[in-house]
Amino acid sequence: MTRTEFWQGNTACAEGALAAGCNFFGGYPITPSTEVAEHMAAKLPKKGGVFIQMEDEIAGIASIIGASWTGARAMTATSGPGFSLMMENIGFAAMTETPCVIVNVQRGGPSTGQPTMSAQGDMMQVRFGSHGDYAIIALCPATVQEMYELTVKAFNLAEKYRVPVFLMADETVGHMREKIIIPDKVERVDRKPLVPGALPFKAEADLVPGFPQFGKGHHVHVTGLTHDERGYPCATNPKLHASLVQRLVDKIENARDEMADYDVINPDASRVFIAYGGPVRTVQQVMHDLKDKDIGFLRIRTVWPFPEKALAEFKNAKAFFIPEMNLGQMAREIERHVNVPVVSIPKIGGELHTPADLIAVLEAHP
Amino acid sequence: MRHEVRFSGFGGQGIILSAVIVGRAAVMYDNKYAVQTQVYGPEARGGASMSQVIIDDDPILYPKVATPDIYLIMSQEGFEKYGAVAEDPSVMLIDSTLVHSRPKCRCIEIPATREAKLTLKKDIVANIVMLGALVAATHVVSEESLRKAILDSVPKGTEDLNLKAMQLGLQLGKQP
Repeated sequence: MTRTEFWQGNTACAEGALAAGCNFFGGYPITPSTEVAEHMAAKLPKKGGVFIQMEDEIAGIASIIGASWTGARAMTATSGPGFSLMMENIGFAAMTETPCVIVNVQRGGPSTGQPTMSAQGDMMQVRFGSHGDYAIIALCPATVQEMYELTVKAFNLAEKYRVPVFLMADETVGHMREKIIIPDKVERVDRKPLVPGALPFKAEADLVPGFPQFGKGHHVHVTGLTHDERGYPCATNPKLHASLVQRLVDKIENARDEMADYDVINPDASRVFIAYGGPVRTVQQVMHDLKDKDIGFLRIRTVWPFPEKALAEFKNAKAFFIPEMNLGQMAREIERHVNVPVVSIPKIGGELHTPADLIAVLEAHP
Repeated sequence: MRHEVRFSGFGGQGIILSAVIVGRAAVMYDNKYAVQTQVYGPEARGGASMSQVIIDDDPILYPKVATPDIYLIMSQEGFEKYGAVAEDPSVMLIDSTLVHSRPKCRCIEIPATREAKLTLKKDIVANIVMLGALVAATHVVSEESLRKAILDSVPKGTEDLNLKAMQLGLQLGKQP
């Protein structure tokens, strides 16, 4: 039996985490993500999990990395300034192949910016914010329902690929309340255990190593330094560094199509919107109001790795229109995959695009 | 049928909770769709608080309210900031104890704070009086759904008081 609720997006995120089996939350509250931590603080200990309010966001992400190495399904939640503080340890999680979920309910930046207003300004930071080459997975919810479902998905992808997975929400979706249907149970993917006797960082065919079970007889050295398959530092071997980092990128990039999650609407259209997160709702309204089969819509949930094959589904596209609550971050990514004009529709200031905003741009590009 | 309802008052009156109760009544008990949003800025904590609810028979796409057809205003500052723009054919319910201005659109005056204080000895439930009046005047959700959503949302031990406040509002809101 499913049940209906009238929930805030941040509550749905926390409930999705609980349904996904999250048993550790470490973090530091920050607007507009605070309700995620509040809800986890209220609910997680009652389910036998651990909630710790750390001294700051650096400690918050450090705690979930440590928890994950003990076998926990671990999560933190933050926004702009906290996300910036987490950057070094995000790289550490990528390098040590630590499954973890990081929720960023985006607000206006840079710096402390607009704590209570909406933005999507961290879409490049989430992909490239830590130093060095690496790859991550980022999901963008556009409804309260997706705050729940994509949080569940984030846990499963993190476990499957041994990588930090980001729920890149925005204040609009995090704070609004709407109808949500809660399923009885959700899919659960667990990390693959390390075969006894195997080396802890020796990857299998899917490029993902098995995970040593804490307390089950493995001695493992976990380091952010370039390491060999035993996990020992080996920071001056050029070949070893190249193959390690290439594998960390390839294990995600090779699975790009497999994990791509998007909807294609009106694939024969000549003018095509592409959106993720809050602006999806505005595009849906415009599509509903105009009822024009010549306007298409690519709605993206997996923003990183970017599902580039989805673009090819719009064979007649003469232009792509990209509304984002930033100055055109993903528009630039899309531009490099297509040969037709990409019209960025940036909006900063903290408010969602209105339907009139988008219609005005369509009228300027008949 | 679609309604866009805007609630405003001062921080502490339960403006946000009022909007959440109406949204919850629509979704949980009237089997409709609803989206509730609110202003989160520092001015909402003590100054003019504002929240909006869209109720629709169909899924709600764009989640923000453009032109409310119903206003529920409980403070003078709330009126000036969020209610003064109202025009026909909108309808506005005002707490006439606290709001001195009157809108250009149709206005229903509910002395909610005075009645809550005189009849129930608790002006804290003025927002629930206003919700009763809102439902009596506009049928934006059903009375029974409102009752259930109030019971879901108020602190334990205050159920009777809040239901009395709702009943009082239902009477005050009935149009001649």
